[in-house]
Amino acid sequence: MSKQQITGAEALMRSLEHEGVKTLFGYPGGAIMPVYDVLYDHRDRLNHILVRHEQGAAHAAQGFARVSGEVGVCLVTSGPGATNTITGVADAMIDSTPIVVIAGQVGTGLLGTDAFQEVDLVGVTQPISKWSYQIRRAEDVAWAVARAFYIARSGRPGPVVLDFAKNAQIGLTDYAPVELDYIRSYDPDPETDPKAVGEAVALINEAKKPLVLVGQGVELGNAQEELKAFVEKADIPCGCTLLGLSALPSDHRLNKGMLGMHGNLGPNVKTNECDVLIAVGMRFDDRVTGKLETYAKQAKVIHLDVDPSEIGKNVPVDVPVLGNCKRTLSLLTELIQKHDHTEWINSFQTYEEKEYNQVIRPEVFPTEGPINMGEVVNAVSEATRHEAVLVTDVGQNQMMACRYFKFSKNRSVVTSGGMGTMGFCLPAAIGATFGAPERTVCAFMGDGGLQMTMQELGTVMEQKAPVKMILMNNNYLGNVRQWQAMFFRHRYSFTPMMNPDYEKIASAYGIGYRRVMQREELQEGIAEMLKWDGAFLLEVCVVEEGNVLPMTPPGSSVNYMMLELDC
Amino acid sequence: MENKTLYTIIVHSENIAGILNQITAVFTRRQINIESLNVSASSIKGVHKYTITCWTTPDIIEKVVRQIEKKLDVIQAHYFTDKEIFLREVAMYKLATPRLEANTEVSKVIRRYGAHIVEVNQVFSIVEMTGMSADITSLYEELRALDCVLQFVRSGRIAVSTSCFERVNEYLAHREERYNKEKHS
Repeated sequence: MSKQQITGAEALMRSLEHEGVKTLFGYPGGAIMPVYDVLYDHRDRLNHILVRHEQGAAHAAQGFARVSGEVGVCLVTSGPGATNTITGVADAMIDSTPIVVIAGQVGTGLLGTDAFQEVDLVGVTQPISKWSYQIRRAEDVAWAVARAFYIARSGRPGPVVLDFAKNAQIGLTDYAPVELDYIRSYDPDPETDPKAVGEAVALINEAKKPLVLVGQGVELGNAQEELKAFVEKADIPCGCTLLGLSALPSDHRLNKGMLGMHGNLGPNVKTNECDVLIAVGMRFDDRVTGKLETYAKQAKVIHLDVDPSEIGKNVPVDVPVLGNCKRTLSLLTELIQKHDHTEWINSFQTYEEKEYNQVIRPEVFPTEGPINMGEVVNAVSEATRHEAVLVTDVGQNQMMACRYFKFSKNRSVVTSGGMGTMGFCLPAAIGATFGAPERTVCAFMGDGGLQMTMQELGTVMEQKAPVKMILMNNNYLGNVRQWQAMFFRHRYSFTPMMNPDYEKIASAYGIGYRRVMQREELQEGIAEMLKWDGAFLLEVCVVEEGNVLPMTPPGSSVNYMMLELDC
Repeated sequence: MENKTLYTIIVHSENIAGILNQITAVFTRRQINIESLNVSASSIKGVHKYTITCWTTPDIIEKVVRQIEKKLDVIQAHYFTDKEIFLREVAMYKLATPRLEANTEVSKVIRRYGAHIVEVNQVFSIVEMTGMSADITSLYEELRALDCVLQFVRSGRIAVSTSCFERVNEYLAHREERYNKEKHS
């Protein structure tokens, strides 16, 4: 007797379960209905989160993936359903986030005919995804899903798009789970050249003023302990990229803070003073390097990365060490000598004090005037004992949150770094509550970003997703306003913004709410938010024209940071 | 302006629909014009070979090739200067037979370039030439001056590297060996 055949849609469900998927974010529609029909019978095994817009599904999958380390999955229909996920796909690509987007597609007989809700999704997503593939036959489902998950999670992670033709969803096939851990054209962990390791070890051993740049690659490679062992043995101070912030605990004595345009003064200035620069799983984004022509020219650069195309892409590299940094960091730690760089490490102090006195103290501990953004972030971080997951939107809220939130646990930063996607925060925070259900998820937003994906409050309501939303409302698109003040002669072109009554909005969705206008109420408001059972929207009316400082103006050298604005 | 070199990029990929698009997108992103492009099956079953030429700088070509190689279904990508490869191009010239017969100079030119007449009928004749790009162009210029060219087409460059082995074979064998070793260790 032959095995009973199943539909392609059923094969998808079984393949997802075989990959260990338990949660998916999605939105039904015409061309994905056969899949939704079988999903109905898999509700006990697959928790489907109905979002309010497909962009929300993609960002939720990202948030889920970033905190859990697992692949985030979203399920959408063809045409607009699929194109609505594009921002999330591009965001996941540039931030190396493993997600799999499964989109319906018209039947293969209709492909290329401009059929209803037909879009060339593979063509559209090829340049912004790690892999995109059209499933045209039911018998290809198991293979395509196995390949998709392997590609999404291995090597440098990234988004994979599966374009699932309707006839392949309906068609019958035999099913057997597919195991896949090898693709001959794809090397997820390139070989490490022993000669390069030797050169790196020699440079590190001879270095008098070494500096480590910690990127998200450390978290993606689960190499947090290996990093710690390496920097502790070599006694090297570290600067973290935006996405690498929680790879090393904030209070670690070697963690000298954040790199980049709005990062900390110490690691930025020292980038142009160090003699050996060791970049681990980071990609020298222009927001980190500032002017490339003057970036770390005095230093020998060692770059540890799993992606060969990152070597020398922006900054010339003297010693490339390819491969998963969990492996390469251990190799280096084993071979290097123990060092003591106390004097060099202490030299950061002058800059730390300067930044504290001129920027941090006035921002975080003001005694009068309106509430500052940094003050809010610091208070929430303290109240959660620096153990919460930080999710941010994009703009001033993001920079303030990443500057002043502190981290004691890994995989705690969920922010749109490369793409800078406004509207990312709320859906990503929803995803994070599913990816790390045991943790507190604090979502910092501005009034602009919240309104970009505010419809997801419906998802928060329906799922009872316990997102602690902190809306720092300044009635402006604050980051653009700051740039207008600095570089466009204060011409506030379309950055002042009228806001709705957020109390009514929260109330409409049955979400806890409190507005804080006075400094005296801040602690109490935060306490109420954290004590509240479930989602809460804390609206803090912050200083309208607050500025993020320090700042390396665009085009300036990394060691030049403005500590105050003269405008 | 920086000094640009004509590079030849040789790419081997899986034979899957849509890869050409992904490869050309790497050039489009950087606004690099592709001078010529040739795609065909390679000596390895299921593997396609792309020969692409473009003018650019040493720094950019390195990045372009790495970004091509990063594409999931691309097996390998390498770049070469003209010194490092053996290269040829094929061209066909469709000439008006009456003109060809009327002017003996035409046949002389064809012979001088080592081109061959591969088809003759009363209306037109076809001349084929295999050679270097510059020679193909100058044959065209000469024939045009003799006012006998009806159509002209050229293949774009094909090339083989001057190293002994087809590197992609070695690479695939090495990949497989490594995988088996890692799996059994």
